Amino acid sequence: MGELFQLTVLAYVAATITYLVYFSSQNKRVRGGARGLLLGAGVLHTGYIVARYLASGHTPIASNHEAVSFFAWSLTWGFLSFRWRYQVKNFGVFVSPLITLLMVIAALSSRHIVELPPALQSYWLPIHASIAILANGFMALAFCGGVMYLIQEWEIKRKHFGLFYSRLPSLEALDNLNQHCLAIGFPLLTLGIVTGSIWAKQAWGAYWQWDPKETWSLITWFVYAAIIHQRLTVGWRRRRAAIMAIVGFSAVLFTLWGVNFLLGGVHSYAG
Amino acid sequence: MLAETIICLGVNHKTAPVAVREKLAFSSDCTVPLTELKALPGCEECCLLSTCNRVEILLVAKEGVTGSEEAVRRFLFGASGITLEESRQYSYFHQGSAAITHVFRVAASLDSMVVGEPQILGQLKDAYRAATEHQATGAVLNKLLTKAFSVAKRIRTETNIGGSAVSISYAAVQLAKKIFGDLKDKKVLLVGAGEMAELAAEHLVAQGIGKVVVANRTLERAVKLAQTFHGAAVGLDELVPQLAEVDILISSTGATDLILRKEEVRPVMRQRYNRPLFLIDIAVPRDLDPELNDLDNVYLYDIDDLKQVVELNRAERQKEADKAERIVGEEAIKFLQWLEAMEVAPTITALRRKAEAIRDAELAKTMGTLTGLGDKERKGIEMMANAMVNKMLHDPMMFMKAPVPAEEKRAHLAVIRKVFGLDADGGDSAP
Repeated sequence: MGELFQLTVLAYVAATITYLVYFSSQNKRVRGGARGLLLGAGVLHTGYIVARYLASGHTPIASNHEAVSFFAWSLTWGFLSFRWRYQVKNFGVFVSPLITLLMVIAALSSRHIVELPPALQSYWLPIHASIAILANGFMALAFCGGVMYLIQEWEIKRKHFGLFYSRLPSLEALDNLNQHCLAIGFPLLTLGIVTGSIWAKQAWGAYWQWDPKETWSLITWFVYAAIIHQRLTVGWRRRRAAIMAIVGFSAVLFTLWGVNFLLGGVHSYAG
Repeated sequence: MLAETIICLGVNHKTAPVAVREKLAFSSDCTVPLTELKALPGCEECCLLSTCNRVEILLVAKEGVTGSEEAVRRFLFGASGITLEESRQYSYFHQGSAAITHVFRVAASLDSMVVGEPQILGQLKDAYRAATEHQATGAVLNKLLTKAFSVAKRIRTETNIGGSAVSISYAAVQLAKKIFGDLKDKKVLLVGAGEMAELAAEHLVAQGIGKVVVANRTLERAVKLAQTFHGAAVGLDELVPQLAEVDILISSTGATDLILRKEEVRPVMRQRYNRPLFLIDIAVPRDLDPELNDLDNVYLYDIDDLKQVVELNRAERQKEADKAERIVGEEAIKFLQWLEAMEVAPTITALRRKAEAIRDAELAKTMGTLTGLGDKERKGIEMMANAMVNKMLHDPMMFMKAPVPAEEKRAHLAVIRKVFGLDADGGDSAP
């Protein structure tokens, strides 16, 4: 299983390097290779998650290693599903390094299989945790789109035509990407909180107990709700939407890690 | 060598002024010149390309024939009144691998006035079609020209040579696409009805812009211009209200003062729900407040900014052209290898023909003296002779087909030709 994980990380690294080579050369054959590698890495990764499920007997989203690895997995498949629906030029160049970064973090955290306390052994674990992390995957895609938007906007506005101007898609396309990601990510985020709350009722007898992770999920939820509300009412789109996608993603990351390391609570992974 | 029989003589926009080129140009019907070319002594295959920027002749000479260059030169310049001496300064002449590279470069539009423009490939295809219709081409030119077409296609897909044209109005359209993506549902407002604005609007219409609105000091001129684009005309005083509706504004009035200021546009942006606004100021002195660029989602470009984009396109093109040159070099080498293989084939045929001629002659002689043989015995003797020839030829054949460097291969071929006397009698006739 350890070998499978290492192979997966290796495949992600190879895909990222190939994407970067594609970015500098813009050779379509290289792009094809990068896509193939990423798809292969995604398949290996799926295999790894299944293997871990079989080994531990529960859905492998219980330790930091497992959660981050699942995060990277959802980002990969979210990206690949987008690719299948519509094209955003050079999107993979921005997404693949983020995936690799997550995988490196996963590789550095303990791969020890945790024993779940009886309270957490429930069918709500796979439902709640996977939905919440899938939401993170789409927020991460929105974040990448936001970064691309700001770079492209900066080059057009400052009339500084560097490496990115010709390589990045139009501002319109990037804004649409942002909207698409939120349209999928926000309902998932909502569902993640709702399922978590139902599970909490089952496990601890209360829907909500202001556990730090719960609080921060709610803050994250409000950030995204505000983005969507402002977009629909006063036209917060384009540049502001891009900035907000980045702000929202920082809230996501803080909810994922900051809470565990700084604040503790029932969500902090066993250990 | 076979490669050296390929020659190319011509004039183009770089070597000859239009006054010279127009004297040499051929009409679209190539029947007469192609017939004349084919009749030149030593001409094996030929093709003729005549466009407004170039006239050139591609010819494969018979092996061993010299003086083809002069014959072609006389043909090309004969009717123009330009002497052969003068003709040298106006023309270029390529032979062998240089000619092959040249053909590939022409097809890929690397030799064009506007590098990357796509028309030349079509013109070359027409020229090739005309030549094949008159049975002027053969194995070498057929291969060379079809290869040139595929090289051009490869360069078009692997490089971005045709991607960025070099003009101000094109640069404006390119920027508009980077901002808006699709221009289909976008509106452009022309302020002032100058020639440049008209040109830019034409480009935008060609790219499928949704609607054109014209604002001008004199409404009459505005109406007239609007009609050519099936658009609407408005007065100059409606400029600010119009801004809430349009996405692109091209300003080119002769006004000495600014016609649009930051303070006027700021409230409009809220009204527009922050949809981006692309302002193009091609007037000198400028029409639009330079500070407009500081507003969120407003992109202001003046004429100097656009020139910068044009320069960028030019540099980008050069980079792509370098990539294309590399592909040309690569493909030229492949073509030369093909030519070399072509030369082994005739030697093998010649050797086989010679051996078979000997076999047939000896069989006929022997069969004449041997009487009283049955059909079965005759067949047996024929089969034995055949087997001997095949077995004897096997090793020299392998020797020639062996994968060795080009120089060595030529040496091998020379040895075989000498040992078997293939050059002395052409290898065709029986001894």
